[in-house]
Amino acid sequence: MIKSLHKRESELANAKRQQEILSNSIFQHGELPTFKTKLSESKQFPLQAKKLEILQINLGYMCNQICTHCHVDAGPDRKEIMSKDTMLQCLEVIKTTGAHTLDLTGGAPEMNPNFRWFVEEASEAGIKDFIVRSNLTIITANKKYFDLPDFFKKHNVHVVSSMPHWTKGKTDKQRGNGVFDASLRALKMLNDVGYGLPNSTLKLDLVYNPSGAFLPANQSAMENDFKKAFLEEFGIHFHNLFALTNLPISRFLDYLIASENYEDYMYALVEAFNPNAVKNVMCTNTLSVSWNGYLYDCDFNQMLELPVNSKVKHISDYNENLLEGRDIVISQHCYGCTAGAGSSCQGSVT
Amino acid sequence: MQKTYYDPADLKKFGKISEWNEELGAKFFEYYGKVFEAGALTEREKSLIALAVSHTIQCPYCIDAYTGDGLQRGITKEEMMEALHVASAIRGGASLVHGVQMMNKVNKLDM
Ligand code: SF4
Ligand code: SF4
Repeated sequence: MIKSLHKRESELANAKRQQEILSNSIFQHGELPTFKTKLSESKQFPLQAKKLEILQINLGYMCNQICTHCHVDAGPDRKEIMSKDTMLQCLEVIKTTGAHTLDLTGGAPEMNPNFRWFVEEASEAGIKDFIVRSNLTIITANKKYFDLPDFFKKHNVHVVSSMPHWTKGKTDKQRGNGVFDASLRALKMLNDVGYGLPNSTLKLDLVYNPSGAFLPANQSAMENDFKKAFLEEFGIHFHNLFALTNLPISRFLDYLIASENYEDYMYALVEAFNPNAVKNVMCTNTLSVSWNGYLYDCDFNQMLELPVNSKVKHISDYNENLLEGRDIVISQHCYGCTAGAGSSCQGSVT
Repeated sequence: MQKTYYDPADLKKFGKISEWNEELGAKFFEYYGKVFEAGALTEREKSLIALAVSHTIQCPYCIDAYTGDGLQRGITKEEMMEALHVASAIRGGASLVHGVQMMNKVNKLDM
């Protein structure tokens, strides 16, 4: 099993080093324009936060999987998880936020020992769309997780799960041996309680990330291919597929550099820059809370340790009005959000 | 002086072809774009055909482009390789089928 960059003590475990890589070489001497230059060309700099719609909370970097592309550098060897005290601070915010979506992510959020308590409490707040990003295999990993589909159903949780392909080979290559079969078993368990079935209100969506140094194709075409293969070959249903671009950070950046694809990939992202995708990039309506309660414009900035540009830095002194209108902190990784049809945690943005 | 006839970086400059003839270049790229839109065939099927043809005409630019395009569309390497064997079978078959002409000629001339 591979280890996280942190465990390996890789230089890329250091967010500052990643920031340097993203600002140096091809971007330093104008071979490629910086993201700021590109935004300025289409008069969209600075990027500013609009009204908050999505509150995304990262419950910790611990995960039962250790995917090669993971932008969180998550894995079984990561011990950072949200404490109950920080969860209590988050709950105060959840009760009063104007956001229509609450999005719990990780790592594997279910591995946080207070996960169920937190979901129970948070679901009381009546937020319209309550998402849990589940990696699927956690559901089959251990007896204590087998009832997660029922638990999700009880709290009307919207399940969003990753799936890089409808074939075993490509899936296991990105996410680890046995992940494809375990994911199918988990999807069947979710279908069995009603998730993902046509017309079911129990929402089950899948997230697709390319399993290599290339960009995703058209989201609806991919969704058709996935649906056809899943239904015909495995009898599995799901609702929507979100196609996400891999951002050049953390383990994916490590992979790009090690496979000598970094420059070509950055060229491809810059070439695919779509000015129309800029106005809907997710940082304009999302706020990301880290396991220790700090606030970021998005999950990617969290991993790059680029905190929000606001007086309000931590969930304990949260103020939605003050956060609105803040300038978004950008760097060259942002090109991943504006390539082609654009990319966000909710899929394409155009 | 450039040491090889092909440079991978030239693929990105394909669009510049229009600079020396706007009208025909624009017409070509419009046609090209339209051809690859989903119609009676899906974009995925068209991509696989393009990959097979790329190998038949042995164009390194096209092979580069349509291998990447296939990966983006989730086309597996097994599908890509089968498409290539179709191209190869047709190409080999095209040589071999001319053997009938050879046989006709031999049968006509030989006693
Ligand atoms: S991509 Fe998701 S499932 Fe994979 S290691 Fe990262 S957090 Fe875990
Ligand atoms: S990486 Fe984050 S900050 Fe940059 S454009 Fe994407 S969502 Fe916004």
